[in-house]
Formats: sequence, structure tokens, C-alpha cells
Amino acid sequence: MKFAFYPGCVSRGACPELFESTIAVCEKLGIELDYKSMESASCTGSGILQEKNLKLGDTLNARNFALAEKSGLPLLTICSTCQGVMSQANARLLADKEYLKEINQELKSEGLEYKGTVDPKHLLWVLMEDIGIDKLKSLVVRELKGLKLAPFYGCYIVRPSAALKFQENPSRSTSLEEIIKAVGASVVDFPGKTQCCGFPILMINQKNAVNMVANHTSTAKDEGADAMVTPCPLCHLNLDAYQPEASKTKNEPINLPIIHLPQLIGLAIGIEPEKMKLNKHIISTKTMLSEIGVSP
Amino acid sequence: MNVNLKVKRFDPSEPTKNTWWQEYQIDIHKDSTVLDALIHVREYEDTSLALRCACRASICGSCGMKVNGSAKLVCKTRVAEVSPGGEQVVIEPMGNHPVVKDLVVSLDTFFNQIKRIEPYVQPDHIPEKGEYIASNESMENLLTAMNCIMCGCCVSDCTVLEVDDNFIGPAALAKAWRFVDDPRDSKRENRLNNLNNEDGGIWDCTRCMQCVEVCPKGVDPMDRIMDLRDSAISNGLTNSFGARHANSVNKSIKHSGRIDEFRLPIESKGYFNIKEIFKLLIPGLRMLIKKQSPSPFHHKNPNQSKVKNIFKNFEENK
Ligand code: SF4
Ligand code: SF4
Repeated sequence: MKFAFYPGCVSRGACPELFESTIAVCEKLGIELDYKSMESASCTGSGILQEKNLKLGDTLNARNFALAEKSGLPLLTICSTCQGVMSQANARLLADKEYLKEINQELKSEGLEYKGTVDPKHLLWVLMEDIGIDKLKSLVVRELKGLKLAPFYGCYIVRPSAALKFQENPSRSTSLEEIIKAVGASVVDFPGKTQCCGFPILMINQKNAVNMVANHTSTAKDEGADAMVTPCPLCHLNLDAYQPEASKTKNEPINLPIIHLPQLIGLAIGIEPEKMKLNKHIISTKTMLSEIGVSP
Repeated sequence: MNVNLKVKRFDPSEPTKNTWWQEYQIDIHKDSTVLDALIHVREYEDTSLALRCACRASICGSCGMKVNGSAKLVCKTRVAEVSPGGEQVVIEPMGNHPVVKDLVVSLDTFFNQIKRIEPYVQPDHIPEKGEYIASNESMENLLTAMNCIMCGCCVSDCTVLEVDDNFIGPAALAKAWRFVDDPRDSKRENRLNNLNNEDGGIWDCTRCMQCVEVCPKGVDPMDRIMDLRDSAISNGLTNSFGARHANSVNKSIKHSGRIDEFRLPIESKGYFNIKEIFKLLIPGLRMLIKKQSPSPFHHKNPNQSKVKNIFKNFEENK
């Protein structure tokens, strides 16, 4: 199984532990990542560039899709925000032939053209739809029994559900829960799991962003969670790095470790925590790891 | 079909324990809507259940409620849709609105938000003949926003309103766009200025898309907020944290193909805004020490000149 790999900005920037753990996990799962084909791909615009100029954003994404198309490989991302922005751009490009034609004009000078055949996929969905829960279960060498995990989807991998093709792929709406169960841990359900983490306004209205972190992490903790799992590096950044600020608003330490999806899989299929930089989080994962008998 | 409804009850006249969950097991027609089911409960099982509805045809916007955690018009939602395998259906009053009784909420908060944006056309002259004429084309842009039936579903599920009741909110901002872009209105600049500068204005939305997902009328409030942001920046309102944030992202993708996570926070705040930058300092240092990231050294993607050209073309054609 080979994919054109689109790591996104954050896994190569502020969340290097996501990048490292993805590489290690994909190797074990038999997912071959081709770096070369998307090496000159740009940022999706992250929804932010789109506030300023939607068409420019769509053009950059069409260019990235054209690069993937050229490689002949399906496109894989490890960032929910990239997934959402790409899916939305793709939906607009495919819905209007004239629009796609106009945008392709912009790509012409580079000899690129987007024909409309790309279906970008997050690792979370690849695990569900291409690897399959049964295969994942068969690779588990360390059942994470006793660990109580709160799923945190965030926004971009669940909304808008039409662009993300939830109807065609109903398992997408419960994928994180299924994976948590497949590795032997138990699911802590809480209402915030599909809400915004607050990251998009962190630099605009920090107070609101931090209050969102406080609400989600403390609710999950009150419901009994030992840690939270997310497929989105931006959610991770806010929920982990700003949790100390969130704790201040609650006047008590929240201390809920936030782990990336591949780190969860990695723990279960026998990858060492240091290799996945589980010791590099702001909120320590020590207690959580000792609960499953792993020393960090 | 048989269905189990779990309804959140609230009775303000009860001195203690005024909020509780109540389950009803009922037998209804397979095509019933959630509203039919609730009316069945009120008629045959429990006359004390309070709910509000009027047209039953998703026109009046009275029956917004949370069904399995997200806001819906219950007259437009079939039981079979939300309980395909016979699962329990959980019904609560809408969020972010004060509850009056059981499933009935007060819309005062909602209309106070709407009032904030001065929801009426403000022309600068009286037309010679009795009407203000606007061309079809000039109004097309407003059609989505004009579809709003004021049901409050978007407000119910807005993630910002949950932590900040001063946010103008999705419905009112969508309505604001409807007047900003109305060719007969003369207050466009004023309106954009206010929406840009006000606490709780256009830059406070997190782009979480809850409002887009739950709006039963395709208003897509968040997209209208993006229209407002685009208009604000195009109108030269570039001094907000939000506009600087968008401009910084634009600049770094144009320069390197990627977001420069080191500069983005600083540029959003403004290089000389010491007080705000100071607030970023502690979390920033924590990240640098623990993760050695984000690195201050920002690399360019290969072939970046191609991406830069796309930006240049857009800038020239604007
Ligand atoms: S997109 Fe913005 S306005 Fe809409 S629900 Fe989310 S935060 Fe509220
Ligand atoms: S924007 Fe949509 S959800 Fe919000 S009040 Fe109007 S119709 Fe209801």
C-alpha cells in the first residue's frame, strides 16, 4: 500500500513527534510513504488563507492535487485540518467544471493540470478503510487494557460531513472510538469530542481559546479519561501546550495527556515511546504510560 | 415502529431537582418525525411535557432542539434518520439559549444578537419613485443569507458562544453580511468597521463549521462570516489580530510554501505589541525547551517559485 505523503506544516514544525510516530507506525503497518511526489506541495491555506482569498486557496490545493495525480498514488495526510481544507476545496473544484478550468489556467505555466481524480485521505480513514480494524487488531502486541481514552476529533475531520463523504463512508463518524477499542483501551465519551479545540483563535482571542481547552480537557478528565487522543496536530498544540493556562482558569491542575493518533497505534503495535517522542509533550505522559506497564 | 425517547426536562417551579431526564417508550408510524413523536408523548403519555412548534413544515423555525447532541428542526427530522437501528433518541433543549421549560427556550438572547447588527436597510436617499430598485444580479449574493428563518439552531451549537456570550453569533453575522452587501444600503463601511473592531465581532469565530452543519436552510453562516472577513480586509481594515493573522499566513505561504509557526504568533499580535507578545512568551518558551520547536529557522519548499508565481498572478489580477 503506497501513498503520496502530505505531512502538512505542523508535523514538520511545532509537532515533530507526530511526524516521527507516523513514520514508525506506517512502516510497521505496511504503509509505504512516498515523500518525493508531494515535496514541492504548498500548505493548504489551513482555512486562514481562505478568509482572505478563497480562490487562491483553491488554486494551491488544485496544484497539490495535480502533483498527487501525477504520481499516480492516492494522497495521504496526517492532519485533520489539511484533510478538511483539501476535502472542501476538492468538493468546490469537482462541483463546477468552469471553475476547475479557470483554476487549471493558473497551473498551466508549471505544466500541471488537475483532472479531478484525487480523493485525499487522513491516516485515520486509511486505518479504517484500507488497513481495516481486523488487521490492526492482529498487529497489536501490547493491549492497552485498563487505559481510558477520550477521543477528540475536532472540527475539520467531521464537518462539513458532505464534503468529507460521511454518507458514503459511515464508519468515519466513529473511527476514533473503533480504533481505541481495537487496541484494547476503553472509550470515554464526552460531548466536546467533535467541538472546536480553540486553536484557530488562539492568536486572536486567547481567552476564549484557552477556555475551550479548559472545558474539553477537564470534562474528559471528570469522565474518567487517562488521556485524550486526536488525529489533528492543531488540536494537539492547543490542548497540550495551552493546558497549563487552561488549568489556571480552573484553579487546579488538569494534567490530561494529549496523544496523537499514530502514537496510540504505535504503543499498541510495539513501538518504543521514545521513538515516538512521547516524552516531548508539555503534559507528561508518564502516569498514562506506567498504567500500561511502559516506562517512558 | 417502537422508539425510546430520552428527554431532558426542566421545570423552573420545582424548588429542588428541577432538571432531570425522562424516558418514553412509544409506538409510532415509521415515517414519523421527531416532532410527531414528541407530540404523541404530549397527547398520550405525559401532558406536562412542554415543547414549541407551529408550522410543522420547517418554515416557521419554532421547533429547534438538540437531537442526539446536535441542533435540528424536529419537524424536519425523521425518527428513522436519527435512530436507524432502533437506538435511543436523546432530545434536549437548544444550547446557548436560556431554557424556559423542558424543550422550550427563550429567544431573547438570539434577538439581542440580531439587534446588535442593525438588521434593516439604511439607504442614504429617498428614491424618486416609491421603490428602491436593485438588480437581480446584485441580490444573488445575498440569497443564502436571506434564507434564514431565525430558528436559532446555529446559535445553539456555536462553540464560541459556549465560552463567550458576547460573541455576536452565527445567525446575526450572516444577517450582517446580508446588509453589508445589499446595494441599497449606505452603511457598508460603518457596518464593516463595527464588525471588525467590536469585541465578539467577525474575528472571534473559530471556523468550527457547526453552524454550517446544523443550519436547516443552507445559510452557511460561517461562509458569510468569511465573506465579511474578506470584505473587511479588502476595505483596508488590516489592523485587527485576525487580519494580521490571515496576512501573515498569506505572506509565509507565498515566501516558503508553508506556515511559519515561529513568526505567525508574533505577526498576528504585531511586532511592537509588547503586552500581547508577552502573553505568548511562556507557552512559547515551554514549547521551545521541551520540543525544540517551532524552529526560528524557516525553510523553503523545493520549487517554491511556482507557488510564488500563483500568488503574484492573483495579486496582479485583483
Ligand atoms: S463557525 Fe464560527 S459562527 Fe459558526 S458555529 Fe463555529 S464558531 Fe460559531
Ligand atoms: S442561520 Fe440557519 S440555523 Fe441559524 S437561525 Fe438562520 S436558519 Fe436557523
